[in-house]
Amino acid sequence: MSLRSPLGRARGLGSAKSGTQHWWAQRLTAIALVPLTIWFVIAMVAATGSDHASAREFIGNPVTAVLLILLIVATFHHAQLGLQVVIEDYVHTKPVEIALLIAVKGAAIVLALIAIFAVLSIAFGGA
Amino acid sequence: MADFALPRNSKVQDGKAWPKTEGATNTRDFKVYRWSPDDDDNPRVDTYTVDMDTCGPMVLDALIKIKNEIDPTLTFRRSCREGVCGSCAMNIDGTNTLACTSFNSDIKGDVKINPLPHQEVVKDLVPDMTHFFAQYREVEPWLKTDSQAPERERLQSVEEREKIDGLWECILCACCTTSCPSYWWNADRYLGPAVLLQAYRWLADSRDEATGDRLDNLEDPFRLYRCHTIMNCAKTCPKSLNPAKAIAEIKKMMLERQL
Repeated sequence: MSLRSPLGRARGLGSAKSGTQHWWAQRLTAIALVPLTIWFVIAMVAATGSDHASAREFIGNPVTAVLLILLIVATFHHAQLGLQVVIEDYVHTKPVEIALLIAVKGAAIVLALIAIFAVLSIAFGGA
Repeated sequence: MADFALPRNSKVQDGKAWPKTEGATNTRDFKVYRWSPDDDDNPRVDTYTVDMDTCGPMVLDALIKIKNEIDPTLTFRRSCREGVCGSCAMNIDGTNTLACTSFNSDIKGDVKINPLPHQEVVKDLVPDMTHFFAQYREVEPWLKTDSQAPERERLQSVEEREKIDGLWECILCACCTTSCPSYWWNADRYLGPAVLLQAYRWLADSRDEATGDRLDNLEDPFRLYRCHTIMNCAKTCPKSLNPAKAIAEIKKMMLERQL
């Protein structure tokens, strides 16, 4: 039970003066993912039946490596932005919400770094 | 978490079937949501069998006939009966709309009538609009200027005036806002389609001088950016307006002042 006025409740803590960057980044990564995903699917279909050595050679190519890294960054950034919205929409217990937001962001960063590291290590002829 | 199931005391039960008028041959069943704060009963759906030969063409005509002739305790808001006041907004046949502009003949089978979704119910078909109108007040829906007031009207070119067409017609019936799932989950912070359309009505008005302040006030992950372009608002608006487009225009203005 609160005796706060309806206007006080509607105003709440005021405007956070943010959100546009998030919205814009989500749109940009979505647009970037269209050509990158099409390219990736075509490349994977074309690589059907090829051996390990030619796969390494393909990934090691500078153009492929850079495109792969762009795909990884766009994918995980976009996924994180989208999941953040879902969590904000549906999880209304503040501590749980904050924990989930940090976990999703952390997971996106860790997974993206692992994937980028894998591409780079092949490109630079490592393991 | 968001509540996906109704609390036990909100589960809707089968209600009373009211007797039909003597001698009526052409009848239609109206299934109407009932709930009263005066007892501890759960909400229920009553069935009223209406004589359509003596009933007006609109759903509101039927509701008024029920109240006059069958059950005077049935409670609903109505005023203008011509789609201008927005009082009789309710969920009819699964869609939020105005009872006064909905034809009974457009509905197949029984006519199902519920209050606007996901709002606190005051009684029967009357939802509590307090928060909705507080949110409207929050966007300060009036002309704001710093320039000295002119001697005569504040002038607008024909083109400038056209920019608020499709916005000024909004009657604040809340059909769109209460049809929006995003508003259902986050009504405490998300302003909802009707209030955002009204906010854009002032952003789009060439006479207003507070555009930047208005955008500052809206730039918020919840107030504005909970709109996920679900489009229920545009689909349900009984005035055929497009709140989703107005919200998109606000987002474009947000971007425009940054890029």
